[in-house]
Amino acid sequence: MKATGNYEQVRHVDPLAVLSEHTRHHIDHWVAKFPPDRKRSALIQALFAAQEQNQGYLTDELITAVARYLDLPAIWAYEVASFYSMLETRPVGRNNVAICTNISCWLNGAEDIVRHCERKLGIKLGESTPDGRVYLKREEECIAACACAPAMTVNGHYHERLTIEKVDEILDALK
Amino acid sequence: MSAQPANHAAPDLLNVEIDGKPTQIRKGAMIIEAADAIGVAIPRFCYHRKLPIAANCRMCLVEVEMGGKPMPKPQPACATPVAEGMKVRTRSDAALKFQKDVMEFLLINHPLDCPICDQGGECELQDVALGYGRSVSRYTERKRTIADENLGSLVATEMTRCIQCTRCVRFTSEIAGTYELGGMSRGDNLQIGTYIGKTLETELSGNIIDVCPVGALTNKPFQYKARAWELVARPSVAYHDALGSNLWLHTRRGEVLRTVPRDNEAINECWLSDRDRYSHEGLYAADRLRAPEVRRNGQWQATTWDDALAVAAEALRSVPGGELGILAHPATTDEEGDLLVRLARGLGSPHLDHRLRQLDFADGAAAQPFALPAAEVQEVRAALLVGSDLRREMPLLNHRLHQAVKKGAKVYAVNPARFDFNYRLAGEAITAPQALADALLALARAAVAEGAGAPAALAEAINAAASDEGDHAAIAALKSGKAVVILGEAAVTHPQASWLRALARFIAQATGAGYDELPVGANAVGLARLGVLPGNGGLDAQAMLAQPRQAYVLYGAEPPHDFADGAAALKALRDARVVAFSAFAPPALREVADVILPIALLPETDGTLVNVDGLAQQVRAGAKAPGEARDGWKVLRALGGLMQLPSFEFDDLAGLRDGIVARPAAPREGRLAPRPAAAGLTRLATWPIYRVDAVLRRAGALNAHPLNRAPAVRVNADEAQRLGLAGAAAVRVADAVLPLVVDPAVPDGAAWVEAAQDSTATLPPYGAAITVSKA
Repeated sequence: MKATGNYEQVRHVDPLAVLSEHTRHHIDHWVAKFPPDRKRSALIQALFAAQEQNQGYLTDELITAVARYLDLPAIWAYEVASFYSMLETRPVGRNNVAICTNISCWLNGAEDIVRHCERKLGIKLGESTPDGRVYLKREEECIAACACAPAMTVNGHYHERLTIEKVDEILDALK
Repeated sequence: MSAQPANHAAPDLLNVEIDGKPTQIRKGAMIIEAADAIGVAIPRFCYHRKLPIAANCRMCLVEVEMGGKPMPKPQPACATPVAEGMKVRTRSDAALKFQKDVMEFLLINHPLDCPICDQGGECELQDVALGYGRSVSRYTERKRTIADENLGSLVATEMTRCIQCTRCVRFTSEIAGTYELGGMSRGDNLQIGTYIGKTLETELSGNIIDVCPVGALTNKPFQYKARAWELVARPSVAYHDALGSNLWLHTRRGEVLRTVPRDNEAINECWLSDRDRYSHEGLYAADRLRAPEVRRNGQWQATTWDDALAVAAEALRSVPGGELGILAHPATTDEEGDLLVRLARGLGSPHLDHRLRQLDFADGAAAQPFALPAAEVQEVRAALLVGSDLRREMPLLNHRLHQAVKKGAKVYAVNPARFDFNYRLAGEAITAPQALADALLALARAAVAEGAGAPAALAEAINAAASDEGDHAAIAALKSGKAVVILGEAAVTHPQASWLRALARFIAQATGAGYDELPVGANAVGLARLGVLPGNGGLDAQAMLAQPRQAYVLYGAEPPHDFADGAAALKALRDARVVAFSAFAPPALREVADVILPIALLPETDGTLVNVDGLAQQVRAGAKAPGEARDGWKVLRALGGLMQLPSFEFDDLAGLRDGIVARPAAPREGRLAPRPAAAGLTRLATWPIYRVDAVLRRAGALNAHPLNRAPAVRVNADEAQRLGLAGAAAVRVADAVLPLVVDPAVPDGAAWVEAAQDSTATLPPYGAAITVSKA
């Protein structure tokens, strides 16, 4: 991972200006669940809220703002943001389409679904459509829907027992 | 009654056996500590005795037997606490197998670039691989590479070599307190970095080079200069602050190529500030003087020592003793300092001083050893900082206080600006320089209200002050246990230093806290003890410049940067005959001096420095002075001998040292400077961390570091508005034009202009009224 080189742009970032009221409310809700000296525990949810605010991905400015809002060293937020695969640290499409390719889904034809989506959208796994509408998440691991394989999540919502037609319908409905 | 079972272990000590050797260690200790204590070597990468335990390299796996039963799996020695009767085998077949297997994993992605790696020859990975690794790699797949980061001018990176021990991450978090490095991504892709791409801004960054067990983080100015086995290590002492950190000079053919810490638990532990680590670059600056020079008919000529000394002797003899002023840099060694006293006495001059950056001499104060030793600052429950940017004034003392804060200590500050600390302050009073004493009076008032009796000289002022809740909280905290009041450089060099000192002393005494006043200069304590101070009727450093003498001796001091009032210094020196003992010959010195005698700097000379705890540390010369430059004491001996002055008859260093006597001066307790009513804008002048002496000002890598801020006039937004400066990029102060920086750290009524920059050294001094206008 190459350093982003955005330090100068974010060093004076104001969390109240960068994070929306809705995001801050979400963070406050999660902070309240932990002891006062354990704000670090709220980082995942805080970053997730910031990602949602920005329609699907985090910027260095947002990550830094979250850290500052929680009064934590920024490096802790960078660590968490780069650790978890559901936190995107580069610009991606606004609809997050994650097709499970783990064993149960794979045995039930997940690969065909991936291939179909790639052809339909003209992008590879891990890429976004040029219009920013769809992001095909790379190598999503088991999403715990084995009983209804193949499955995928779209913006966090589960779609199960997928067929090519069903996937077409779902993708076409995305705005 | 039956005999009680004998328990030979002292309470809280446990009996363990390591490789068949029985030992005792305190409860809660880890196996690796017990092994280190009895000299059993266990290989390790991530464990470091001063850092929190991570247990992520797994190199220290050992076989452990508890209660006669072997534990089912190997245990990491760094993270397994000892237990009574534990038997540890570090070299059994099984343990060696564990270690060999871990070693193989660690080497999987490590490049085999030792021949071009700066760490080669002093690398923990090399050493441990030799002892515990296979001789042949079985790994045939592709190795991983990692993009490098630019961490600034001091630390070089080659992150592909990193083995993810996270010592550097833990160092910047726990010791430096700046949280600048972290582990990015995860699993086999874990990478150490800043993520955002920034220069390391801690003043202790060089230590991550020492803790890094591989060549991922190396010394940037030293890069590709030499191999470890070409270097000779010579013990020495740091000379940029009075802590006196112990260090090793790594030299090759008499040239210092790098500096590394020398362990001393009472002083610097195993750390070294960047200031002490990288200053050696300044020794080899372009304007280092290699031969004596004299000015004849306005022209500078290199000459012989005989000629230069004759010129110097003639200059000193040409004026009566009372017309001669002697100004010594406060890092001058005891040996040189004593000879300066002898020189002053021999020539009949009472005007001798080393307190060049001090402005207020009303109480005649000179540096004193700390009441609470530096090492104990780590144990305080509360501290009060008076006029102190401690992080920059004495980085490793600040580190001690930071460790205390981590254990719950409360630190309060009364400062002329919101200085940047690497820990949270419990309370802070920020006022413009002219009101600093008022802020401290409020604290003193709180102490009186809590029952302390104010000294007569201060009583009236204290009673006139009003204290608030914050003041009472601070006093209560200072009374709550071991505490310290630290008078920093921004107070010692303050124009009302006598007030700040008296009040800080009173608060310390009223609360039972230790009183630690930072000596300004590496040997200020030693020079004060030897009486490198004005004699009877003598003028102090400021008076000597305000009432110009006809001749001066400058010893190691560089005008104008080393003087509290640079302009006054230049003016007085310009009109006088000046004999300069100096390692460097910058244009400003050439302009005022008549003869410059090149002297060795501390790493190149034998000498004694007295640190904050009053500890005299004798160092031997570790490097060679360039060209004809000679030890200062030898030059003084030759000059004194030439002028046939008394007490200059010794033959060698031992003879010189035999003649050194302490001449303690009695401070004029209770005398205070007048406090003019505050009005207008005053200058806050602090010495930038990497500009406090001539060597540092020439150290390239340090001066390129962001802690060394570009010269500027700093005011807060409101003040800028009031002064009509809103939106201005540059402003005029006295005869200088400087960039304007709107800085919320500066209080109303103050303009913060750091000293010792070429463009700021001759501005009105600290606390002086200044006018700032649009340029």
